[in-house]
Amino acid sequence: MSNFTPISAAIGGGLIGLSAVLLMLLNGRIAGITGVFAGLIDPGSTDRGWRATFIVGLIAAPLTAALLGQAIPVPQLPTSFVVIAVAGLLVGFGTRLSNGCTSGHGICGIARLSPRSLAATGIFMFAAIVVVAITRHVIGG
Amino acid sequence: MRALASLLCGYVFGWGLFISGMIRPEKVLGFLDILAIPSGNWDPSLAIVMAAALIVAGAGYALARRRVPIFEQENQWPAQTRIDRPLVAGAALFGVGWGLVGLCPGPAIENLASLSPGIVVFVAAMAVGTLAHDRWYARGTAAQAASLAHAGADG
Repeated sequence: MSNFTPISAAIGGGLIGLSAVLLMLLNGRIAGITGVFAGLIDPGSTDRGWRATFIVGLIAAPLTAALLGQAIPVPQLPTSFVVIAVAGLLVGFGTRLSNGCTSGHGICGIARLSPRSLAATGIFMFAAIVVVAITRHVIGG
Repeated sequence: MRALASLLCGYVFGWGLFISGMIRPEKVLGFLDILAIPSGNWDPSLAIVMAAALIVAGAGYALARRRVPIFEQENQWPAQTRIDRPLVAGAALFGVGWGLVGLCPGPAIENLASLSPGIVVFVAAMAVGTLAHDRWYARGTAAQAASLAHAGADG
């Protein structure tokens, strides 16, 4: 398990949990990126301000890290833009249909002991694990 | 103040994804690749991230339940409880997309900081998927309302 980074994972995870708690204590909202993003881009949305600043903060974190001398990681993505676009469509449509993603269901939902979020998290984890097994070991193997 | 508060929350969230390495899709895929367990190349980091986040959020939410938020009238806890077909289908579609590239919405948006063309394509496609769902959903509910009105008129 040479790639395992438990300490940075625990610190980073703690910060994600802290962010969720702060957003509830301050603004009374669930820190779900699906809802934040959809409420920002939907033409009929009326409550954009806090969503826009949340996303600005999100993007500002790696930019600050860059100012402190840390390199912004270049994400390793599939070479095909078609695969990337299909994946993006599935993520956008799917998270909206199920009303949440890794943050809204996986963290905020399970943290408030919602069976609905637990089910969603189990399903998207399982689907993703199957897809990775196929792309890495069946097709790519 | 509400906007400033959520700026802070987004910033802390962004640092969490950055420090944990979850901003990197290849690290997320390293977790999802459970067939790599026998060879010793599996990366369980994402499980630690979730466990730590859940401990903090679980304790914090227990506290938040007994309070009103500082900058709002009341907490907006999600009201839905049913495990219905949209939940199951949506989670499955999301999981397929997540497994294809290793990006879920938070890290995808945060990665815009890298100005990587692939990320721009992904986030644009994610926006299209989101808007397509909302259009489709609005049409469905409008049709449902129309058919209900029709039924009402007949009755």
